[in-house]
Amino acid sequence: MNVGLLGRKVGMTQIYQEDGTAVPVTVVQCGPCTVLQVRTAERDGYHALQLGFMDKKRKSATQAERGHARKVEAEPKRFVRELRQEGPADGISAGQVLTVEVFNDIKAVDVVGTSKGRGYSGVMKRHGFKGLRASHGVKRMHRHPGSSGPSADPAHTRKGIRKPGQYGNARVTARNLKVVRVDAANNLLLVRGAVPGPNGGFVMVRQTNKK
Amino acid sequence: MQNELMELVEQSSMKSQVPSFEIGDTVDVHVRILEGEKERIQVFNGVVIARSGAKTREMFVVRRIVQGEGVERKFPVHSPRIADIVVKRSGKVRRAKLYYLRGLSGKAVRLKERFAGGKATVAEAEAARVEKRAARKARSEARAAAKAEAKEQAKSQPPKKKGKKGEAPEAE
Repeated sequence: MNVGLLGRKVGMTQIYQEDGTAVPVTVVQCGPCTVLQVRTAERDGYHALQLGFMDKKRKSATQAERGHARKVEAEPKRFVRELRQEGPADGISAGQVLTVEVFNDIKAVDVVGTSKGRGYSGVMKRHGFKGLRASHGVKRMHRHPGSSGPSADPAHTRKGIRKPGQYGNARVTARNLKVVRVDAANNLLLVRGAVPGPNGGFVMVRQTNKK
Repeated sequence: MQNELMELVEQSSMKSQVPSFEIGDTVDVHVRILEGEKERIQVFNGVVIARSGAKTREMFVVRRIVQGEGVERKFPVHSPRIADIVVKRSGKVRRAKLYYLRGLSGKAVRLKERFAGGKATVAEAEAARVEKRAARKARSEARAAAKAEAKEQAKSQPPKKKGKKGEAPEAE
């Protein structure tokens, strides 16, 4: 079974291990998640678990959401995502509640989140271009990209040239983050390093497939 | 909610009791060092010239002069490798960061000693302490006496009060 949960990023801090090394960690409030539905290859064409995290007020849920939750005798959920499975998920049935303890034997995880939105950004912020010089004849072009390719031949801009545009607010996966601690009493998961998105942002944490 | 969870995690990595020391104090920092299999404690002695950060990230800088060369080490306050911090002498300083000591050498580096209560010598500090203790004792005794008196009065007053109030307008 592919292990995973939904959660919320709490923030970053630093903790000490017994030998005194300081570890930068992100605290993720992880679960408990209700399994809202089990998708199977026979019925849906693929195997997956549909998980729901955090209750939503009934009045702000749609009829469809309420009906869907009622099937497994749960409240409508704020954050619902599917966790793909390679094969049929044995021993997991709809309505079951998964807690952070599922990560007890997991060494490393992937964390999927929505990155901080930075709006329509220029090439310096978005792609780390250097910009043009501050002086020596540069005229009101200090944060420009410079040339975007050769001239008469090919007579058009090549595909894939990095340009200004929307930056952030996109799905980002941070892969192979080490699990530092699983705190079952407080539903907390501590992973080494940074996780996409702002504090309080919703994330999906799943066992990594990276070796 | 989010902050509380953060607090929980940070608490787990913090020492429950950190020895109190201040900027300008001369301290012995006991550092645990692993040598192969054995663990031993090394002492770094010097003046605390800065303290920064909060919670698990709190650090302090200790400066000492070794063979005429200034040496500074920055320690995390809550690191398990710091076995102990012992204050040897308190210095009288007026700044939170003593970076100006880096530019000084020889006798100028010395800091005036600070004693409890902002006094100049040990004897004065002791005298001030004794005086303070006596004052506190006198105050508490006075308070106890006042209390007892008030109690006694409360017992005998209710009838008296009525009489007094009645008498007052007549007297005017």
